[in-house]
Order: sequence, then structure tokens, then C-alpha cells
Amino acid sequence: MKKVLVIGSGALKIGEAGEFDYSGSQALKALREEGIYTILINPNIATVQTSEGVADKIYFLPVTPFFIEKVIEKDKPEGILLSFGGQTALNCGIALFKSGVLDKYNVKVLGTPVQSIIDTEDREIFADNLRKINIKTPRSIAVISIDDALKASETLGFPIIVRAAFTLGGQGSGFCYNRDELLKLAANAFSYSSQILVEESLKGWKEVEYEVVRDCYDNCITVCNMENFDPLGIHTGESIVVAPSQTLTNREYHKLRSLSIEIVRNVGIIGECNVQYALDPDSEDYRVIEVNARLSRSSALASKATGYPLAFVAAKLALGYGLHELKNSVTKTTTAFFEPALDYIVVKIPRWDLNKFIGVSKEIGSSMKSVGEIMAIGRTFEEAIQKGLRMVGQGTHGFVGNSDIEFPDIDQALSAPTDMRIYSIASAFEAGYTVDRIHDLTKIDNWFLVKLKSIFDHMVKLKTFNHVEDIPAGLMRKFKQKGFSDFQVARFVNKTPGNLHSEMLLVREYRKSLGIVPYVKQIDTLAAEYPALTNYLYLTYNGSAHDIAPERDNKSVIVLGSGAYRIGSSVEFDWCSVNALTTARNEGYRGVMINFNPETVSTDYDMCDRLYFDELSFERTMDIIEMEEPKGVVVSTGGQIANNLVMRLHGQNVPILGTAPESIDNAENRHKFSSLLDTLDIDQPRWKELVEIEQIYDFVDEVGFPVLIRPSYVLSGAAMNVVSNRQELDFFLQLAARVSKEFPVVVSEFIQNAKEIEIDAVADRGEIIAYAISEHIEFAGVHSGDATIVFPAQKMYFETARRIKRISRDIARALNISGPFNMQFLARDNDIKVIECNLRASRSFPFVSKVLKINFIELATKIMLGIPVEKPNKSVFEMDYVGIKASQFSFSRLQKADPVLGVEMASTGEVGCIGENYYEALLKAMLSVGYRIPEKNILFSSGDARSKIELLISARMLVKRGYTLFATHGSAKFLEDNGVPVTALYWPDESGTPNTLEYLKSRKIDLVINIPKNLSKTELYNDYEIRRAAVDFNIPLITNARLASAFIYAICKLKPEDIAINSWDEY
Amino acid sequence: MTDEITAKLILEDGTVFEGISFGRETSVAGEVVFNTSMTGYPESLTDPSYAGQILVATYPLIGNYGVPEAVLSDGVPDYFESERIQVTALIVSDYSAEYSHWSAKLSLGDWLEENHIPGLYGIDTRELTKIIREKGAMMGKIVFGNHDPGFHDPNLDNLVAGVSTDKVITYGNGSTRILLVDCGVKYNIIRHFLKRDTTVIRVPWDYDYSSEKYDGLFISNGPGDPKMCEATINHLTESLKQDIPIFGICLGNQLLALASGADTYKLKYGHRSHNQPVLQCGTNKAFVTSQNHGFAIDTNSLGSDWEPFFINLNDGTNEGIRHKSRPVFSVQFHPEASSGPTDSEYLFDEFLKMVRGED
Repeated sequence: MKKVLVIGSGALKIGEAGEFDYSGSQALKALREEGIYTILINPNIATVQTSEGVADKIYFLPVTPFFIEKVIEKDKPEGILLSFGGQTALNCGIALFKSGVLDKYNVKVLGTPVQSIIDTEDREIFADNLRKINIKTPRSIAVISIDDALKASETLGFPIIVRAAFTLGGQGSGFCYNRDELLKLAANAFSYSSQILVEESLKGWKEVEYEVVRDCYDNCITVCNMENFDPLGIHTGESIVVAPSQTLTNREYHKLRSLSIEIVRNVGIIGECNVQYALDPDSEDYRVIEVNARLSRSSALASKATGYPLAFVAAKLALGYGLHELKNSVTKTTTAFFEPALDYIVVKIPRWDLNKFIGVSKEIGSSMKSVGEIMAIGRTFEEAIQKGLRMVGQGTHGFVGNSDIEFPDIDQALSAPTDMRIYSIASAFEAGYTVDRIHDLTKIDNWFLVKLKSIFDHMVKLKTFNHVEDIPAGLMRKFKQKGFSDFQVARFVNKTPGNLHSEMLLVREYRKSLGIVPYVKQIDTLAAEYPALTNYLYLTYNGSAHDIAPERDNKSVIVLGSGAYRIGSSVEFDWCSVNALTTARNEGYRGVMINFNPETVSTDYDMCDRLYFDELSFERTMDIIEMEEPKGVVVSTGGQIANNLVMRLHGQNVPILGTAPESIDNAENRHKFSSLLDTLDIDQPRWKELVEIEQIYDFVDEVGFPVLIRPSYVLSGAAMNVVSNRQELDFFLQLAARVSKEFPVVVSEFIQNAKEIEIDAVADRGEIIAYAISEHIEFAGVHSGDATIVFPAQKMYFETARRIKRISRDIARALNISGPFNMQFLARDNDIKVIECNLRASRSFPFVSKVLKINFIELATKIMLGIPVEKPNKSVFEMDYVGIKASQFSFSRLQKADPVLGVEMASTGEVGCIGENYYEALLKAMLSVGYRIPEKNILFSSGDARSKIELLISARMLVKRGYTLFATHGSAKFLEDNGVPVTALYWPDESGTPNTLEYLKSRKIDLVINIPKNLSKTELYNDYEIRRAAVDFNIPLITNARLASAFIYAICKLKPEDIAINSWDEY
Repeated sequence: MTDEITAKLILEDGTVFEGISFGRETSVAGEVVFNTSMTGYPESLTDPSYAGQILVATYPLIGNYGVPEAVLSDGVPDYFESERIQVTALIVSDYSAEYSHWSAKLSLGDWLEENHIPGLYGIDTRELTKIIREKGAMMGKIVFGNHDPGFHDPNLDNLVAGVSTDKVITYGNGSTRILLVDCGVKYNIIRHFLKRDTTVIRVPWDYDYSSEKYDGLFISNGPGDPKMCEATINHLTESLKQDIPIFGICLGNQLLALASGADTYKLKYGHRSHNQPVLQCGTNKAFVTSQNHGFAIDTNSLGSDWEPFFINLNDGTNEGIRHKSRPVFSVQFHPEASSGPTDSEYLFDEFLKMVRGED
């Protein structure tokens, strides 16, 4: 085997996130170690795997059978790996296998055979196979019609669960308690799959999973088992999960373990497989509920939880190695054929961003809504869960001490789980509920509840003190062992809300004076049985000695990571962190990483010299800094979490690498930044800080609606809104004030129909060394994280570019920037206003770095380390290609959410594609985020007059290309009046036929263009219904007129066959 | 947050750990050993091979699912590996006094108390394990107040005599008769034989079984230095002169080797875990095994009629031997598991095939 094609998973989406960057990167490393030439298809330009030196050849192309075939045809790989790119890659592989493409080009599928995968994916075949070897699956009836689904429900009796076959993370699945719910859910499930399953409900059973590995010699191991804190009924991606299992006896553990091995042998896995069980909480009865014959989110978690590199090993096994022929990559001396022994507990907690969406239900259940996750490590459950709840980054301080969380109906909050359920347990204790009562309402195992109760009881104890110095040493140690942060201690002793920073410092000083400090422990896969030179570390108070001694040689560079993936901060910051580490290491420094996101490459212990898998809080960061005594800390590559720590770290005299903390504060602080702009004579939209409500009204009278309101210190536009009238203003002011009390709310003039332009740059002591100017296709008003971005900017005046350069140069000089920064501008005509400035790497750094082929982070890191750099001698004018970054939305996962774009970011991922021209790049990018070239019928429903006019030319082009247009009344009339043939459809709330909804449900429409009338969030029911139906029935939807017309131009100009199959290095 | 009784764990190298008592408050001494398994404390604690040892659990959260009730099946209690706790003491990091499981009857602490066994928690068991790993086998004592029991090396005792049966016991009524020499047998070995249509005749470790009627001979696991079991070795030497199918596990493996003329030695800190990888010699077949031993066979001392059967993939130590021509083999690991992985259970079938001449 000399040449192998690896299929990536594309843009990050709910159910398929950064874990596949990690698994793909590991697979590529394993292949290249064998001297194999590797080819990767993945349009996700922000990933580590699509970086130079990770694969030999990289295609930023859509992960679809069409494009994979083109690449196979061109590069003629001998082998293909399908199991490292999630369900997306697997589905493509199955399609290529079934269509005979793999045979035709003689491409060998490495690892688990495709037929085995198909057999696990078809639930009925799978259940039959297991029945033959006497392994139990839930009683289940596969149906292909709604009538049969109803019949099946009569056989099984309600409640039942409905699942769609062949979908990502439970899409189209759910529980039904009655016939009506079944009808609804089945209709939805059939929109994803031609086959659905009606199954017995096992609600309340324990959910347990195993990660199993098998080699071609039939040797099997289970690397890890995991137990869900939340019982069955909540998707494992939505559950708090612990590893290893905590409430299983040896018999249960090994019964399920040996069943897993039996299943994996039966299926014929070569590589990795995940088996999920339901386990009766009152007996040893069980059901196998799911098998994933590929690397999964759980396997990434298991790798991080144990230190066992599952993806790396799976790739080696796919090449024909036996497990016993490979080494344990942590100890380097013992074998890879073993099952890790943990001497700690890990807790995984999902991160939701449901507040970002309008209309979405907060309840969690059998389909996945979370956008990321964290992993916390401790030596007690209490320590790990409290760490974990802080890591999630939703502003909570642990299990207790979250004064702003209230539940009007605790019983409801306990029994109908939402993203906040864990906190309702704390409220229940507060209200005097017993563990048994909470168990009755939640079915969460008493063991977990007793541990949570112990945290609560310690809080009660803590509250009996009024001065920190009164807490005896023994008790203080116990609080820390139960995972209490210094902040929590300060809050309970001081009994006041607020940020309590100085009180927290007092707690810190006091406990240090008592000698109460955390200890560094290694994750070594063998529970200290064998010596290991492992650099994979965590901190705990449940210990009495360090495993390693800090070097304190001024050679360590600490890079602060980006934490949980969430809307607004994702794999792009992981790429930045990894590149900062790599650069520091290449320059002879010890690269030290702090991060806690198991879905990342930055938390791969091979990427750094020391990995602290721990909190990015002030407290924990200081603990590590005090031990390591580093040369300095890089705060500018990890997004906003790291950036927000700057001033507090600076307050402790921590050496911050790069731009001075004062400068960062000058950019982050709106007042300071605004007066800086005034001094430099740089224009900005008029704005005012909220002090008194009457002044705001006066200000709005002055600038006129719409206005943008937002708190300071935001990243993804949390609580940022455009309001168009007084009523909306009042509502959102209230909302914003609740988001952040410490920082004032700002109201700004909102400029409509302005172009949005960004600059990503690196400066050295105030002088710009490298920069990239890109433009948004959408007009301002669409969050830059959701916008479609073109680099180099193609449709911008030269004068605009010149002004932007000058402004950036002035600001870089004024703030004496050393390192990465990003600015955003509004441009109307040649009138430029600055709207945002971040003295850190931005979301688009990997995109512009890879398109321009200049690694901005490498440059920035060298500058931060004081290493002289030269200005890259490269001009965008020499580039004969265009890069376009498009956003991936996950609205199909978020039932009822309005899939519309606004100033609040909603996308979960992105791709970046390169084309010979604007339209080719755009088409590649749009196809990469799930758009399809429409076959025949297109629905127009275009908001205001301006967007109607914008789309008129597009409509004419479509008609000329033979498309059939449909439109809602207003748009239809407009098109007819302008001589475009169109069929009018009734609005969803009208009774007439042909009706829009009916057309969508029967999939007579191939593309929906629905443009909201204005930017406010109070959209009309009808438009919402159309957008939602498009998403629910998996019909591509565009809600922005500028993007719609660009896409239509692209599909009218280019056929799929016209798209160049060029790898990155061919541009 | 009730009143806590503390006690010290003192190692012979002078290291002192302070822990909180959750079992019987009594000072004891023994060899400190660690086990890295993550489940199975009721099984491990009742494993007679732990006799004389202060057991350190490297997995920090212990006691979670309590302790089940002893229900007898075929004269053998479910869930337990002997009729009492065999360890001298138990050391853990985080103890769950409140347990949760449908099968649980009492807490681990109450069970230790009932069995007069001390238990300590709140100790950095990882640090303790590292000390044992670095310095090798280590004597230790648990000291409550000023009751110092002094250090004591249990390997100098005949531990087997203390855990073996004192009379012949017959289990089951199957067609094949297995003579089981009990050096501290785990009940799951008996369960495994009984599941396979056998009658098990369990005899004391030093019992002269030459006049017993049986089809196959089994030598059990057990505690301590195999060289202490002179009587067993002598009986085995006799048996090896005849063409009897023999199977040994753990201590049984070492005893068979000694009877064949080979030698054994003490490992630095032994193998005690559920994740010991072994490879069947001359094949690509690997197994994850449960182990609990401090002594091993010196492979180089094996006679010419013998060959290594399994080796440990981590440290290359011997994991089993077999006779080159006769139906005699033994393994260092525990195919009966309990606690631990069950992957090598097939060895019982292999042995019974030999016994029944089914090959």
C-alpha cells in the first residue's frame, strides 16, 4: 500500500464536530509513519488535518460521492479510509461501494469491510445478526410507511421510540407517548430516511458504552467503557458521561464487555467500534442499542479519557498490524494490546448554545443539540463534575453558587430534562428534596445524586463561615477536594453576588499559606503500574505529591487553548493554538498547552511538550503558571476565553507574550477604543453606553432605528441584536443587561446595506508584517461568523482597500501590536467605519493563512517570542485563485429554531474552498456545506423591495437555464410584472392550493429562497413556516438575497463537471 | 462530615500516609501490594491469593455499588471467591459510604467491619503505588493510635495452609471427575468446572490424592511463595510420572513448574490487574487477562519436555507452560476471571477436551 485516500467529515455540525479533526489527524500520522502517500478530502479549512505537512495532498472539496470519485479518478489511490470522517465519510464510502466506483478504480477499503458497515447501519439486518448469536436488541420493527409504523406501535405499546436509519447522531429520532406524536415524528423521520424503526422504550435504563478494537488476527480489547449520568432517553451526545463506569459491578462490566467483543467479532470490525447498551437498573438485563463501526465522538472522548490513541491504532490495524505488534504510545515500552487502567475519573459535559436560537425547545432528548463538549479529570466525582461545569463556559461556577439560575417549577425541571437540568438538582437540594425524590423524578442513579448532595452539604458547611481565615485547614482541603473553586469559597463566605475578584485572591492567598495547593498527576494508561514518560497531565487536590517536577528554566511557553467548541469559537482556534505550540517548539521552547476540549488536536499529547488537561480559569491557570514559571503565556490564539484572562493574569505580573495587556484592554474596552479612534481620526458608527434609559431613547431619536444593542466583551454576538422599534428595544435592553452586569450595554447606529470587510493581520511592535483583506458577500447585519467570506476581496474599490490598510496601520502603531489581530469594517461607497478590533487571532486566520499560503500564526508566534521575522514577499495580486469561506448551519438538529441569519451567530462550522474564480470557489464552498445544485423547481419568497430587485436578474437567469420558478404571492406578482414566468403558491396559513407547505413536504421544490423582510427577530409566521419546512424536509434554503444571487449566478455559469479537481498545492 | 478516625499506613522504608478509617479499627501488618483493576472489589477482597496482603486499589472511587448478599448456588456463594475477606487491609483514595446497586446488601465499610478488616481512605494511592513500583515489594503496617503491630513478611508464612480447605469437599454430580488441589481456590474456578458437567473433588493442599478416583487433576491459585508448598510439589511430581491430564492456574502454574524441576522467583512488584496482556507463544493470539501474583516461573529453567505456553506482552515474563507431549498445561493468569475479563475462559474447555479425550 503506497497511496491512501482519507475522507474527512467536512464542516463542523451538531453531531459531527472537531472529534473528526482529531481522528483524521491521527490516522494521517499513522499512515505517514509507514511512508504512505496520503491524500485527504476535506473542505474544512480551519482544521489541523488540512494543514501543510499533515497530509501529502489536500483537496478542499465537498465530501460527496461525486467529488470523491473525481479525486479517485485523478489520483488513483490504492486504498481508502472511510471510518475517520464520521457518518459523512462512511455514507460516502457506502455509496461509492454500492455504485461500484471503488471496484472500478480498484480501490481497497482499509479496515472494516464496507459490507460489515452496511450490516451495522441497517438496524434490521443488524438486529437479526445479533439475534442469531443470542444478543438482545430492543424489540424493534422496521417500517417503510406511516401505516406500518402505527401497526408496529400497536404491537409494542406506547411509549415507543422512533429512529431514522442512516442518520447522524439521532437525527429524526424521538420518543412518542401517543398516536399523534408518532404521526408527527414518523413523518419527520421519513424525510431523512426511507426506513424508520419503531422500538420499545427503555426509558430510565442505564446507558453504557464500550470502545472496542479488533485486529486482523481476531485479537480484541475494550479500551474504555463509559456510563451516562443521564439515563436512557437522552442521546449520549446530550448526556453527562463518566469514564469508567461507576455503578456497574464487575459482573455487569464484564458481561457487557464480552458481549461487545462478541459483537465486534460477528460484525468483522478491523479497527475501532463503539457499542452502546441499555442496562436495566434493577437486574443484569440489557439491550444493545447502537453500534458505530467507525471512529466516533465517543472514541475521541475515550482516547482523551484513557490516553489510548484509538484513531492512530485503528489506522495501523487497517494497514494489517496486530495489536500486539504495536506499542503503547504513552509508556513506549508496553504493548498496545491492553486495556487502560484509569486512576482518575473523567466527566464529559455537553455544551449547548440553545440561547442563540429563536424558537428552539430547551428540552434535551433522543436527538443531539449540543455543539461541543468538555472533559474534566479528577480523583473524586465531585472534583471532576465541578471542574467540568465551570469548563462548559456558560458562566456557572460549579454545581453550586450560581445565584442567577432559578427554576420556577423544580419538579418539571427535574423530570423534563433541559440543558440546565444539573442545576435544577442543586435547586432541589436547596428546596429540601431528598436524593430518593430526585431519583424518582430524574431516574439518575442514586450514586451520582449522593455525590452531588455531598457538594451541596459542603456548601452549607462553607456558608457557616463569615471570614475565610476562620476556615480550618482540614476543612479547606476538603472543600478543594470536592472541587470548590476559590471563587465559590469566596462567594459562600462573603455571601454577596458580583465578581469578587479581590475576595477570591484572598482565598487563594489563605489556602496557599496553609499549603493547600493542587498536585500534578500524569495520565499514563496503566495506573502507575509501569513508569511512563507521559506529558499528559491534570491537577487534583486528591493527592499528596506531584508526579512531575516543573523545569522552571524559563524555556516553557504556555499556550492557552480555546475550551469547548461553541457557536463562535471552534476548530479554527484549535488550529491557531496548535500552530502556536508547534512554532514555539520549533524555536526550541517547551510548548505547554492548557485546554480541556476532548474534541481537539491541541489536547493530543503528541502536539506539545506538556499538556495540562484542565480548566482555563484564572485560578487554575495561575496554579500552573506558578508551578511552571514560564517564559510567558500566549493568550492570543485561543479565542475569547484566553483573551478575557489577560488583565487578571497581568494583575499577578504574569508575563504575557506579544501585545501588551494594556493595549489589549484598550482595544477590548469600548470607551478606550472609541477615544483612540477619535484621536486617530478614524470613523466609527455612532454609539452610546447605557447608563440611563432616557438617554438611550434620546440617542435612538438622534440616530434613528434600526440600532444595534450589545454588551461589551462579546465574541459571537451573545445578546447582540438589531432592533427596529421601541418595543423591541425595551425587550432586548432588558435581555442584554441580564447577560453581563459587569460590563455596560452599548447601543450603536446600524448602517444598512453596507459592505462588511475584515482584515486579519500580524504586526511586530506596531508594524504590520502580513495582512489579508477579505469581504463578506452578505451586507452588514449578518454576523461575520455566519457570513460568506471572499479572500482576496474581489469586489471592493481600490480606494477602500487603501483606506482600510491605512486605518489598520494606524491602529497597529497606536496599540503597538505584536502578534495577531483582526479588524472589521463597514464600507458604503468609500466611507469606512471601524466596527470591531480584536488583538488576537480571529476565526478566519486559518482560512486566510491557507489561501495565502502564509502561516499567520507561525509569524505571530515568532514575533511574540521576540524572534525577528521578515515581511513575506507575496502580494494578493499575484494570486490567480480565490478562496471562499462558507458557513455550516445545523438548523435541522434544532427543532423549531428559525433558520434565519442575523447579528447573532448561528452557524456551527465552516468550510473554505479555493477556485479559479469567484463563482467556482463559491459553488465548491456552498456544495461543501450541504447545498445541492437544484434539479428543477425553485421557490422564491423574497422580502422587501430591495431584495426582490436584487433577485430579478437571478430569476431571469434561472428561467433561461430551464428552471421552473414558484413564488409566494407578492414575489410571484413582482416576477410576473417583470416578465418572468412563475407559478404562484399559497402561503402556509392560506387554505388554497397549490400551497407552499404542501410543495415542500412532497419535495417538489429543490431550493428555497426566503428572504426575511427586515433584521428584527419578530418574523412573520408564514415566512418562518416556509424556512422551517425547508430545513425539516432537507431542502436547501438561502435566506440572504446577496448570497442567493451569487449562488444562482454560480449554478447558472457552472455545471458540476466544470469544477476543477485541484488540490491545495495545485493553486 | 461526621467524626473521622484516622490511622497511619507506615511502609518499611519509613514513608507514612495518613488515612481515614472505614473498616475495623485494628492495627495490622502485611505486604503492601497494588491492584489496578477498576471493578470487582467484592471478588478481589475474597480472593485467597491476597492472604497476608494490604491491598491498595489504584482506582480511586471504591465502594460505589456496595457489597452483595452471599447467595449459595451449588454450595458456592455467588459474587464471592471464598467465604471471607482474605486481604489483611484495604487502602483506597475515595470511599463511597453510600452505595447504589440493586444487588447490594451492605456497604463496603460495614462488610470490612464485619470481617474484622481495617480499611483506610483519603490516601494518595497513586503516589503509594509509585513507591511500591520503584522500590519493589514492600512491607507495611496500619497503625491505629499507638498499637504498633510491627512489620511482618507474609511470604515467610505458609499462607496456603491458612486458606486451603481442611477437608475433602465434593461439588456437583457431573460425568467427569476433577480432582482440585485447593491451595486457596477461587470459587469461580469451581463454578467453571461445574458449568461443564463435572464433579469436583476439592482436597486440601497437602492431601495425598493418589488413591482418589478422578479423570483430571487441577492445581488451584493461592497466596505467597510457591516454594512453601512442599507437600503439593511432591504429590505433583508423582502425578507427572503418570499420564494424567493436569491443569494449573496461578500458584498452580508455579507449583507445576517446580514439580517439573524448573524454578520460580519473586517479581519486583507482581501483576495485579485486569489488563495483563498475554500472547500464546508461536501464534498471533493475544488475550487480556486478570492476574494476581507476586512470583513467576523462570522460563530459562524449564526442562526439555516443557515449553512456554504464554508470555506477558508487557514485560516478557512467563504466563504459562505446557508439556510438549502430554496433556499437561498451566497458566499464570486467571481464565476464570472474577473479577476481570473472561477472554481466556476457553482454557477450561480445552482442558476438559483433553480429560475427555475429545481432541
